[in-house]
Amino acid sequence: MRDLAWIRHRRSSACRLPHSDVNREYRVDLYEYQAKDLFAAHGVPVLPGKTVDNAEAAEAAAAELGTAVVVKAQVKTGGRGKAGGVKLAESPAEAKEKATAILGLDIKGHTVHQVLVTTASDIAEEYYFSFLLDRSNRTFLAMCSAEGGMEIEQLAVERPDALARIAIDPIAGVDRAKADEIVAAGRIPAVVADQAADTIVKLWETFVAEDATLVEVNPLVRDPEDKIVALDGKVTLDENAGFRHPGHAELVDERTENALEAKAKAKGLNYVKLDGGTVGIIGNGAGLVMSTLDVVAYAGEKHGGQKPANFLDIGGGASAQVMADGLDVILGDSDVKSVFVNVFGGITACDAVANGIVEALKILGDGATKPLVVRLDGNNVVEGRQILADANHPLVTVVGTMDDAADKAAELAAAV
Amino acid sequence: MSIFLNENSKVIVQGLTGSEGTKHATKMLAAGTNIVGGVNARKAGTTVTIGGKDLKVFGTVEEAIKETGADVSVIFVPPKFAKDAVIEAIDAAIPLAVVITEGIPVHDSAYFWAHAVAKGNVTRIIGPNCPGIISPSKSNAGIIPADIAGPGPIGLVSKSGTLTYQMMYELKEFGFSTAIGIGGDPIIGTTHIDALEAFEADPETKAIVMIGEIGGDAEERAAAFIKENVTKPVVGYVAGFTAPEGKTMGHAGAIVSGSAGTAQAKKEALEAAGVKVGKTPSETAALMKDIIASL
Repeated sequence: MRDLAWIRHRRSSACRLPHSDVNREYRVDLYEYQAKDLFAAHGVPVLPGKTVDNAEAAEAAAAELGTAVVVKAQVKTGGRGKAGGVKLAESPAEAKEKATAILGLDIKGHTVHQVLVTTASDIAEEYYFSFLLDRSNRTFLAMCSAEGGMEIEQLAVERPDALARIAIDPIAGVDRAKADEIVAAGRIPAVVADQAADTIVKLWETFVAEDATLVEVNPLVRDPEDKIVALDGKVTLDENAGFRHPGHAELVDERTENALEAKAKAKGLNYVKLDGGTVGIIGNGAGLVMSTLDVVAYAGEKHGGQKPANFLDIGGGASAQVMADGLDVILGDSDVKSVFVNVFGGITACDAVANGIVEALKILGDGATKPLVVRLDGNNVVEGRQILADANHPLVTVVGTMDDAADKAAELAAAV
Repeated sequence: MSIFLNENSKVIVQGLTGSEGTKHATKMLAAGTNIVGGVNARKAGTTVTIGGKDLKVFGTVEEAIKETGADVSVIFVPPKFAKDAVIEAIDAAIPLAVVITEGIPVHDSAYFWAHAVAKGNVTRIIGPNCPGIISPSKSNAGIIPADIAGPGPIGLVSKSGTLTYQMMYELKEFGFSTAIGIGGDPIIGTTHIDALEAFEADPETKAIVMIGEIGGDAEERAAAFIKENVTKPVVGYVAGFTAPEGKTMGHAGAIVSGSAGTAQAKKEALEAAGVKVGKTPSETAALMKDIIASL
C-alpha cells in the first residue's frame, strides 16, 4: 500500500492563498519545499527531500535518499495531483522519468520549474491541521480534523463538526495544554495525540516566529509505526513583517510572477496584471484603484467590451519617478491601448502628480506612444490641471470626472 | 453632534516630532483640531512649534493625559514601533487611538487588539492603516483633507482612504457629521458595525454612506447589523467587482467567514438588508442625493 494515499491527498491542497495586493493582504505564499524547510527549522517532523530543477538531479536525489520517492511539482496552486504533478517512483531511474514528465507542466497557469523529490511514506491515517488569521474575529484560529486528505473546504461545508475550530489568543499563544485541547477537539486518535500536540506547539512557534498568516499541514500523517509527519505544507508569510525577517526576501520566487509584475515589483510598485484588458490603470489608494477598474469595465461595455489591463496603486507620495516607473511598466504591456490616470489628491498633491506625468513623458520620450486620459481632483487640483494644460502633451487628455475619464479611456482603447 | 470625535476632543500625536507626524499635525491644527501635545520618549520635556502653536512633547501617553487631559491620540509611529505605541495608548486608557501607520505586521495588530480587549475595550482603536476620522469644522484626527467637505447630515464609514475622499467630494454640497476611514488591514479596531451603531445613535446624522471592498466578510456582517439595528437610510458602495477571482480571496478565509468575499456577495448582502448599493462612486452619490432630497 505504498503511498496510494497520495492519489487522494494530492487533491487536498486546501487553502490556495495567491499573493494579492488587490486584497490588501501583504503576503508571500511559499512553495511546499520552502514551507517544509521552515517546519524542519522549528522542529516539525518532515520527510527528507531535495528540490531540483532538472531530471538528472531528480535521479541523483532519489539515489541519495535510497528509498522509493515521490516527485512533487512545486507550484503555488492546488490540484497538482489531478494535473499529473505528483508521482511515485520506485527507483532513481523512475524518478528521472517522472521528473521529466512533471517539469515544464502547466498546472492552472503555473509552469513547473522545480520538483521536490522526497521519501515516499507509508500512510496509516491522514489528518488536517492549520493555524490562520481569523479576520472576522480579529484573532488567530486553529483548525484541526482527524479527517485530512480530502478537500477541506468540502469537509467544512458538508460536515462542519468534523473540523474543529479553536480560537487562539494572540497574547497567550499555544502552549502544550492548548495543543492538547486542539488535538482533542480535532479527535486525533489517542495513539498519536502526544506527538500531534507536540507538533502543533512547534507549528505555532513557526507561525509566530516567522510572522505567518497561514500554516497548514494537509495531510498531517500517522505512519504505520505511529509516527506523526507533516507530509505537505503551506505557509503564507506577512510581507509587512519583512523588516524583522531579512531572510524572507529570498523566499520570493520572481519566476512565478508575470514578467510585467516582476518588473513592477523590482521598481517597488504595487501592480497586478489583469488578463484580457486594454486600458492601463494608474491610481492612488487601493480602494480608489479597485473602484477605477470597475468604472472602466462598466464604461468599456459601451465600447466593445474594453476592460482594465492592470491594477496599479502608486500610493501616497506620487513622485515623478514613481509615475514614470508606473507608466513605463504599463506602456510596456502590449495589451494596453490607452492609459487612465485617476488620482484623488489627499496627501498626494495633484500638482506633484501632474509634474510626475509630464516628467515621465519626458523620461520615456518616444517610448510613450499610447494615449493618456488623466483625471485629477482634490489637493492642489487647479495647479495640477494647469501644469498639464501648459505642457500640452499630444498624448494627454484631461477629463473632469472619473466616469467621463473612464469612458474616454475606453473609447480610445477601442479606437486602436 | 458627531461620532467619536468632536469640538471638545483634546488630541495628542504619538510620533509628533517625526516627519509624517509634524506634517499632518500642521494640517490638523489648520483644520481646527485642538492638538494639546505630542509623545516621544526620546524628546520628552521639549517643546516644538507647529503651525504657530507651541506643543509640549511628553515621555509617555500617560503623562500627556495627566498634563493635558487628552482624550484622543493620533499615532504616526513607524511600523516597527507601532505595536508598542498602541499598547502604551491602551495602557494609558485613552478613549480613542487613531492608528494611521501603514505596514504594521498583522501579528502585531492581532496582539494589540487582544490587549485592548483584555483591558476591557476602554480604548477605541481606529485603524491601523487608515486615514483617520474627521468631524468637519470640529476636529480632524488623521490625514483626511479637511477642505473636501464641510459639516452636514451624512455619516460616512469606509475601508478605503481615497474612496473616502472621493465620496466626500461627490457629496460635498451636503456635508458630513463625521467621516471615518476604518482601514483595510486584515485586523482593524473600529469596524463598519461600530460606526453604523454610532451613526444610528447620533441625532445629527440623517443618512449613512458605507463603503466596502472585496475581502473578508465585514460588509456581510454590517448588512446583518443594518437589517436589525439601523433605521436611518444607508447607501452602500463596494469596490472590486472586476478584481479577478484568483487574485482576491483565499479559501481558508472563506471557510472561516463563510463568505466568498466577492464584491457581488457583499452587494447582495447589503441589498437584502435594504441598503441601496451604487455600482460606481458617482451612482452611489446620486442615490444619496435622492435620499437627502426626500428627508
